[in-house]
Amino acid sequence: MIRQLVILLSGFLFALGLGVSEMTRPEKVLGFLDVFGNWDPSLAFVMGGAIVVYAAALQFVKRRDEPQFGKRYRIPTRTDVTPSLIGGAAIFGIGWGLVGFCPGPGIVAASALVTPALYFLPALIVGILIHRWLFN
Amino acid sequence: MMEFIPIAATTGGLTEFTPIAATIGGVLIGLAAAIMMLSEGRIAGISGILSGALKNEETDPPRWQATFLGGMVLGGIVLAATQGLFDRDFVMTQLEIAPWLAIAAGLLVGFGTRLGNGCTSGHGVCGIPRLSIRSITATLVFMGAAAATVYVTNHIFAFGGLS
Repeated sequence: MIRQLVILLSGFLFALGLGVSEMTRPEKVLGFLDVFGNWDPSLAFVMGGAIVVYAAALQFVKRRDEPQFGKRYRIPTRTDVTPSLIGGAAIFGIGWGLVGFCPGPGIVAASALVTPALYFLPALIVGILIHRWLFN
Repeated sequence: MMEFIPIAATTGGLTEFTPIAATIGGVLIGLAAAIMMLSEGRIAGISGILSGALKNEETDPPRWQATFLGGMVLGGIVLAATQGLFDRDFVMTQLEIAPWLAIAAGLLVGFGTRLGNGCTSGHGVCGIPRLSIRSITATLVFMGAAAATVYVTNHIFAFGGLS
């Protein structure tokens, strides 16, 4: 029970962070991606803040053999840069640049009943399922 | 359709640079991801979590992905409820985004993040601090592809959200 509560809190904080930084609003994200327009560098500060905090947390991970509740750390170990990785990232980037939603903000904005997110989220799920049907 | 739109007219003044709010939000996101790693040993990658929630798999703890997403939904509801309390909106958009565009974007983002094993959170927030070559590569590629898409859709063809 405590584990599920901590996971719930993590999801909640993640959403709050996206909201406070306004990454849930497509104009804010598109303003960052619009490097040749009226550039809004805010997203770089969101990434920077998150990366610094996470990097600090990884220092604790190094000092402890296992996580507080989980059986082991599940940290990806692959180092191969594959065509799928690059192709997938490129397809994701095109979709991200079309509207300004990536998965996290899409979920949060849909929960707030923001209209474009209500189209985006079901399509996001269908996109995930199409990949599963094709590749599994 | 090839009419060139002056850059300043397309995006002028839609958003302002908000470094403090952005940093606070980023710290919250980093904390959330840190909590997942330190308590469960798991990467807080949203596309992976959503994909996992759509599977019928035994996980430890059971259905943890659904719990995490539940927390995100709660967050979205709280953010929506704060509308009008602050001098800015946290979730509402002023852009008029055509439904077909949002649907196309969702399909591409869903398919692409699965093919590329991650999105802004998994590769960006959680991968870059690990100095993962895969995540750094993926982040550069999706940022570049997204910036190119914004340029093409808003400055050349003018059907993107900013135009």
